[in-house]
Amino acid sequence: MATQTAVHETQTPVFLAKEEPHAPSSTMLGFWIYLMSDCLIFAVLFATHGVLGRNYAAGPGPKELFDLPLVAINTSMLLFSSITYGFAMLAMAKDKKQATLVWLGITGLFGAAFVGLELFEFSHMIMEGAGPQRSAFLSSFFTLVGTHGTHVTVGIIWLITLMVQVGKYGLGAANKRRLMCLSLFWHFLDVIWIGVFSFVYLMGVLG
Amino acid sequence: MIGALGAQSGYCCFVCKWSRPETGQKIKRMSSKLSRGLLIAPLLLLLNGCNLVVMHPSGDVAVQQRDLIIISSILMLIIIIPVMALTVFFAWKYRQSNKEAEYEPNWHHSTRLEVIIWSAPLLIIIALGAITWVSTHTLDPYRPLDRLDASRPVTQDMKPLTVEVVSMNWKWLFIYPELGIATVNEMAAPVDVPINFKITSSSIMNSFYIPALAGQIYAMAGMETKLHAVINKEGVYKGFSANYSGAGFSDMHFKFHGMKQADFDQWVEKVKSDGEGDLDRAHYLDLAKPTTAEPVHYYNGVDPDLFNAVVNMCVDKSKMCMNEMMMIDAQNGHAGGMPHGEHSQAGEPTADMSHGEHSPESAPMAGMSDDGATAQKP
Amino acid sequence: MPSNPDLLKLIFGRLSLDSFPYHEPILVVTFIGVMIGGLAVLGAITYFGKWTYLWQEWITSVDHKKIGVMYIILGLIMLLRGFSDALMMRAQQAMAFGDSAGFLPPHHYDQVFTAHGVIMIFFAAMPFVTGLMNFVVPLQIGARDVSFPYLNNFSFWMTAAGAMIIMISLFVGEFAKTGWLAYPPLSDISHSPGVGVDYYIWGLQVAGLGTLLSGVNLIATIVKMRAPGMSMMKMPVFTWTALCTNVLIVAAFPVLTAVLALLSLDRYVGTHFFTNDMGGNVMMYINLIWIWGHPEVYILILPCFGVFSEVVATFCGKRLFGYSSMVYATVVITILSYLVWLHHFFTMGSGASVNSFFGITTMIISIPTGAKMFNWLFTMYKGRIRFEVPMLWTIGFMLTFVIGGMTGVLLAVPPADFVLHNSLFLIAHFHNVIIGGVVFGVFAGITYWFPKAFGFKLDPFWGKMSFWFWFIGFYFAFMPLYVLGLMGVTRRLNHFDDPSLQIWFIIAAFGAVLIAVGIASFVIQIVVSVMRREQLRDETGDPWHGRTLEWSTSSPPPEYNYAFTPVVYDHDAWWDMQQRGFVRPTEGFKSIHMPKGTGAGAIIAALAVALGFGMVWHMWWLAILAFVGMIAVAIGHSFNYDRDFHIPAEEVIETEEARTKLLAKQA
Repeated sequence: MATQTAVHETQTPVFLAKEEPHAPSSTMLGFWIYLMSDCLIFAVLFATHGVLGRNYAAGPGPKELFDLPLVAINTSMLLFSSITYGFAMLAMAKDKKQATLVWLGITGLFGAAFVGLELFEFSHMIMEGAGPQRSAFLSSFFTLVGTHGTHVTVGIIWLITLMVQVGKYGLGAANKRRLMCLSLFWHFLDVIWIGVFSFVYLMGVLG
Repeated sequence: MIGALGAQSGYCCFVCKWSRPETGQKIKRMSSKLSRGLLIAPLLLLLNGCNLVVMHPSGDVAVQQRDLIIISSILMLIIIIPVMALTVFFAWKYRQSNKEAEYEPNWHHSTRLEVIIWSAPLLIIIALGAITWVSTHTLDPYRPLDRLDASRPVTQDMKPLTVEVVSMNWKWLFIYPELGIATVNEMAAPVDVPINFKITSSSIMNSFYIPALAGQIYAMAGMETKLHAVINKEGVYKGFSANYSGAGFSDMHFKFHGMKQADFDQWVEKVKSDGEGDLDRAHYLDLAKPTTAEPVHYYNGVDPDLFNAVVNMCVDKSKMCMNEMMMIDAQNGHAGGMPHGEHSQAGEPTADMSHGEHSPESAPMAGMSDDGATAQKP
Repeated sequence: MPSNPDLLKLIFGRLSLDSFPYHEPILVVTFIGVMIGGLAVLGAITYFGKWTYLWQEWITSVDHKKIGVMYIILGLIMLLRGFSDALMMRAQQAMAFGDSAGFLPPHHYDQVFTAHGVIMIFFAAMPFVTGLMNFVVPLQIGARDVSFPYLNNFSFWMTAAGAMIIMISLFVGEFAKTGWLAYPPLSDISHSPGVGVDYYIWGLQVAGLGTLLSGVNLIATIVKMRAPGMSMMKMPVFTWTALCTNVLIVAAFPVLTAVLALLSLDRYVGTHFFTNDMGGNVMMYINLIWIWGHPEVYILILPCFGVFSEVVATFCGKRLFGYSSMVYATVVITILSYLVWLHHFFTMGSGASVNSFFGITTMIISIPTGAKMFNWLFTMYKGRIRFEVPMLWTIGFMLTFVIGGMTGVLLAVPPADFVLHNSLFLIAHFHNVIIGGVVFGVFAGITYWFPKAFGFKLDPFWGKMSFWFWFIGFYFAFMPLYVLGLMGVTRRLNHFDDPSLQIWFIIAAFGAVLIAVGIASFVIQIVVSVMRREQLRDETGDPWHGRTLEWSTSSPPPEYNYAFTPVVYDHDAWWDMQQRGFVRPTEGFKSIHMPKGTGAGAIIAALAVALGFGMVWHMWWLAILAFVGMIAVAIGHSFNYDRDFHIPAEEVIETEEARTKLLAKQA
């Protein structure tokens, strides 16, 4: 044993761990670092919108284009989905597989509703001739909001995958870790959306 | 002339001195006096023959920039030379085979030394930073000149020459609005007269640079940058684009003539007599088509609105001018169709985006507006 | 062949027979050479029946040591490619005077200098430093692997996939003709309608994702997996610099990803981010790309600073002088590297106050850098310096880098930059710091850790040859460029009128030839060392009398790195262990928990190449298929829960006993 060296010579410290040190899982830290890098992508898109957001190229501006009630409904979809994800996590903590799956399913439906409403808004704007090619403002608007929407879509695909995995393999340690990661991701998207709603929609219409 | 030559070789020598550190350590490597002579002699010969235009400019702004290079280099050499010398000395002294040298394997800290190694560079940088702050403001290309050279200030009655510069694919267009002429790939200016350059590009970004005259500034489409300079010596100097802009870039150079006022007047007459007509919008659009190694040619008349139209990217009248577009945008946009032309032509404030005056949101990063530096609106 | 243009377009997109540069003799010869070489390698692998070995032991391996080695091999291959571009440029500029147009017409020359920059930074320098960090960091912190071993394998293959996309552009279509940062409006669809910029975008996006994930991985590794007792302020300096570099990667690469995505939207969708008209803003691209680009140069240089710190301490037989000021200097550089980006375009016409702010922040970086230089200097002071090859590279670095640092600070003075910007002076400056810093550092690192990776040292004669040819060649190649810059010669020119410039370009070309000999010596060094490996064998695991933990295990280390996790009490843990009478245990070994290999990373990366190729050539079906395939493989991989195994105790005992015998033979 490694410690035997220490037994023979009292001055020599223990240079090798006798027990395998319990390596803490790095997953949550790693995922959090990844989220911060994703956050920077959004930061660039927000900055871009800040720079280009008033360059309408003599085309339509936010006041004509944005339908705030619709966006408010959309926002509530995402906020509700975050709450229901929270319930899923509570169920998971109590090891209630079925309840977890139900709440995850509801979360996914809210998410899908959000993406659907966003696509409706986009198609409506494009039909009006206000597509991303119309002006720098619209380019940055579609890119910022669209990138968020893509993230939500990825989140839904991930959520479905996890539902299958939880259904099949139960709430083991690996699946719990994955659900925690998706939870971080989902709430992160919520926070980003609050930024989008305030800076893009509200300030666009009111500012 | 002799003075100029003297100055030239002087600066060439300066460069020799300045490039000595690297030669110096090659020498130490070879540690032979013979090789020292062998290395330095041809280098001196080479440098004497060369024209280090950046070290030997003919315009006051470039002269001040040159002085700044020399001062900063000397300041830094105060640290660099001892470091290089110590590196070689320690490497030699503490070599393994030298058993005489002290060996202290556990010595790794000395507060006094650490204070020195942080504060010595700090002091140099404080000095250099102060020089930087002051010189960047006095040599701001947007700032009108206040001196012709070290001894002559600019006075009220000196009328500056305005030159509007357009970089095109791949040639330079110079418009002299006060003289009603325009030239392609050739430029002239009288000595000791302040020149106000207004610079833009027809499409791709270039950099307008006459090393003998003054530092460079980017030429960007839809934006106007400025440069203020003066040429103090007669001569023919090189001008070119210092920013790669595509296939014809290597041939995108021109001659810049510094002339006595009388010669300059003569040159203007020559442009007027040899000119191939009016540079109106149609001719401009024709000229803007990409060409490589375009020969010098002149126009004896220019549409007075042309430069503003170029800056606002509406030489083609079917396009809406950028300044007009920005005015509409400032009123929160309108749901009109595609932009169309025949609106008021660019007499309004230009789209001076790089200084962010009229559209602070459009360029907050590059255009963090500095009021002291933003001069001379049309 | 029945020609149905619509169908052909649907299948092949923009790709047609004309896309193949069969009329370019240089490319045809290169292609034949690459084909013959490639077939020879593939044939040899088949002949010796090594495919299974290659797949199981390397391609699907999650062992950080093997991944590190693969990164360095990738870096070496791409260095050769990037350097042949450099030789072509030097030859062209040395001969294209007056009536001679040289041998490279603009459309070819412009691709060459763009490819040189892109390849050297992204696919030579980046794999080198990532490879060194991957190999060394887990060993230095006493860990058995990185935090996310599978992700590590995936990151490597994505980097390789990016390199692959760039290499395809050599023979199918063309590469970008825009310069290495692809500034719009030159890179937008109306001025660069070809596939070159698209190759650039997709190559960098794919490789960038790999780099970002490897950054996340190494941060988590360093934060979470250090040996017991190794507090942050007891970490080896190389690990510190690796931590700072990976923080920079995670904080900078998303910006590159975003800005390239916006550029591709401009090109593919017709948006107006960086267009001249419709409210677009070109300056925003230049700002954003440099917000990534400036940290990028510190991403490259910081690990090399770490290498020099390890090498100096080892070969001076002395503890590093001023450990904490070294660490603080590294952290300060990390933070400051975000506050200087605008110095790359003082000439854009920002106000004087903005310019001087960024000029001064740039100069401030030279303070911690200067402090580091002094720390290395005082590590040599009262040391016992052994001039082994890594130490030669280090001294070469110390002498060369300060010159580059000086010209760099000079360029940070805005009015001086106005006359030197974009000139060959600038080119000389950044090659001065990148060759003098990064290349010398990488070669020092490779030579230093090679015996750890392979169990035998590199041949010192050819190592010294390589060093001296690189060192002298560098001065011949780049000092003339400083002079030319002062003569007002700008960069990226393809021919010249003024005959008085030619002599300088000829000297520079001669320097490039010397460097070529240096690179050849390095390759010969590896071949000779492999042939002489029995004489050069290191059986102790510590051939240089190193100081950090990696030297406490065998060379090459066993798959599990350490049979027992080390416990750390002081800096230079291995040195400390030896000083205080550490005795290597010979019994008590247990089974060890390790991650399993997986092929998912390599498969997804291969699909990423197809995705990139499809997007470049507008072969939408291919792009969609590849993308769906990537998602499917990723999801499929997530259904695999059986990701680890135990190395049985018997195997560990067997491995360790072999080492015990070897060490006994030594003594």
